Amino acid sequence: MEHLPKLADLENSSADPWSSLKAFTSARIALGRTGTSVPLKESLAFKLAHAHARDAVYSVLQLEKIAKELQLLNLPFILVQSQANNRQDYLQRPDLGRKLNFSSREQLATLSADECDIAIIIADGLSATAINEHAIPLLHFLLPKLQQAGFTLAPVTIVERARVAVSDETGQLLKAKLSLILIGERPGLSSPNSLGAYFTYAPKPGLTDESRNCISNIRPHGLPYDLAADKIFYLIQEASRKQLTGVALKDEMDLLQG
Amino acid sequence: MSYRQIIRSHTYCFDDLKTVLAKASPLRSGDVLAGLAADTYEERIAAQITLADIPLKNFLNEAVIPYESDEVTRLILDTHHAASFDPISHFTVGQLRDWLLSESADTLILQNLAAGITPEMAAAASKLMRNQELIAVARKCEVVTRFRNTIGLKGHLSTRLQPNHPADDARGIAASIVDGLLYGSGDAVIGINPATDNPAVVRSSLEMLDVLRQQYDIPTQSCVLCHVTTALQLVSQNAPVDLTFQSIGGTEATNASFGINLPLLEEAWEATVALKRGTVGNNVMYFETGQGSSLSAGAHHGVDQQTCEARAYAVARKFKPLLVNSVVGFIGPEYLYDGKQIIRAALEDHFCGKLLGLPMGMDVCYTNHAEADQDDMDNLLTLLGVAGCNYIMGVPGADDIMLNYQSTSFHDALYVRSVLGLRPAPEFEMWLQQQEITDKAGQLLPSRKNHMLLKAVNTYKA
Repeated sequence: MEHLPKLADLENSSADPWSSLKAFTSARIALGRTGTSVPLKESLAFKLAHAHARDAVYSVLQLEKIAKELQLLNLPFILVQSQANNRQDYLQRPDLGRKLNFSSREQLATLSADECDIAIIIADGLSATAINEHAIPLLHFLLPKLQQAGFTLAPVTIVERARVAVSDETGQLLKAKLSLILIGERPGLSSPNSLGAYFTYAPKPGLTDESRNCISNIRPHGLPYDLAADKIFYLIQEASRKQLTGVALKDEMDLLQG
Repeated sequence: MSYRQIIRSHTYCFDDLKTVLAKASPLRSGDVLAGLAADTYEERIAAQITLADIPLKNFLNEAVIPYESDEVTRLILDTHHAASFDPISHFTVGQLRDWLLSESADTLILQNLAAGITPEMAAAASKLMRNQELIAVARKCEVVTRFRNTIGLKGHLSTRLQPNHPADDARGIAASIVDGLLYGSGDAVIGINPATDNPAVVRSSLEMLDVLRQQYDIPTQSCVLCHVTTALQLVSQNAPVDLTFQSIGGTEATNASFGINLPLLEEAWEATVALKRGTVGNNVMYFETGQGSSLSAGAHHGVDQQTCEARAYAVARKFKPLLVNSVVGFIGPEYLYDGKQIIRAALEDHFCGKLLGLPMGMDVCYTNHAEADQDDMDNLLTLLGVAGCNYIMGVPGADDIMLNYQSTSFHDALYVRSVLGLRPAPEFEMWLQQQEITDKAGQLLPSRKNHMLLKAVNTYKA
């Protein structure tokens, strides 16, 4: 038995002597090796990151919690669904995720809402986890700014199994000048809970991505809530002033501050 | 013209060639999304039986996208080589499939045939093949290209070292490059996807790669995968451009959505060739493709996604590229839903590319919203190794932190080389031995603390 190496020695023999380079990148470098394989510790770390991302894709909105928190913010809300009936449908048919189903459309139409400035939409997208964790904290920073600036708001719409473009139809039905959708982004291995904010001036079905602006990677380790709220508020003001969004609306906030 | 097939008293009628091709295609989510897929299992096989009996000559007379309205169709038909086609001109699609699998279709014969095969013919034959047949025929093809080394020789498998960084940080990129080189990766190209297409940023990455390559005398080529117009601008400003990159598609409208057309690619090709930076050859173009890009751009003209993909290879081969790879699983589950569909599509793309004479590599990859994981990628990697794929990607730990998807790692390349007895490009293999990174058998030597490559990283500012 004594000729068998100890586990600790095995771990050492597989390490790469350039782990100091990890300071320069978050890429998975200097992983070490056993034969041609990645050592178990690194292999499991990868699988855990992938598990988080997969769980995020199949996560669902915590509706009760979100509802309670919206009430605390004094925000009325409506819960609706896209035409995708389940997650599998949603993943394979982005076209269905862009449209409200019949009863949801009716629900919004019968509100016969007054014209307003902004329709805020909360949608699961590809990571409900992102919404569950970050949507309300972001609104805590953003709402006071919007209200102080005198923007009128439609009731908040929560859409299940939605893609970004669902905000076109929703914004139009709510007679909003601008739609703002907070949506879970496609999970990466290092960011299963990244929130994106897309806004569109004069929303109506049939618009494409060049008509919108986007602030992405909103999460404490990406773009923090306060900075994200500042950016969104700045761009919404600019959009209202210029009456447009999309490629013609540039983020010159840094220039102004500089 | 329309095509008919009767199966048990049910008559299937297909309006035209593109409909037969679409309905005959193995199931994938993108064709369902486009409304082009067969409605039933029986309809799919009825279409395959119909396709088998269609003469190859019909493909020269019935364009799937009209000649008048699409420059890719014009390219395909105008450059079709009648003499190369002659030996198979009397075949149906089914006869082509059987003949490709026969012993008489050997490496040399397949090389001579390439210019006589259109993308649609290759796509059609692939739809009548199982995975093992796509592998068996591709393995017989050999497409060799050269710039500073020799890529695609039988028994060799190269890697593109992909050291991406979300902020294009030079030290971060250099750290990944050094890690990759010390794992024996980078003989196809050291290629950075820039986070921004800003010409100044691209130029500084190009210069950094060029200095590193010259400093260590690495027999490989570098590339920053910016838009072709950015590359053209940088070429005219004497930036060190080895290879010009571009994403391409199989229809004129798809390419328009990428901001390119054939004259622009021609201009870029000529400008890059004129730099004469290659030492053992002058294949200077690097193209990426992928099933679903035409549908995604609303530019598929009712043609199924695999046939659109094969048509992109006609665009590629006009410019004698060094490297072509499909980024098969990057596009997402609405086009290729799961590991099974990604694997099938990758083998089709590799087969069609090789048959058409392209130096075909593959980005063995998936996104987190696809029903796939590393096990699926291991399967695909092994299958492509057997099929004789020219190169795969080398991404640190298989995790691309800029593009947010998973590809193959440096370790994966070592695995597939080891189990299948494959070697890097000969010039690069020599260099790895001189650097005492690998031994003569291609095994990694124990890693050393003071390897001079490690000093490279400290050269760059944060």
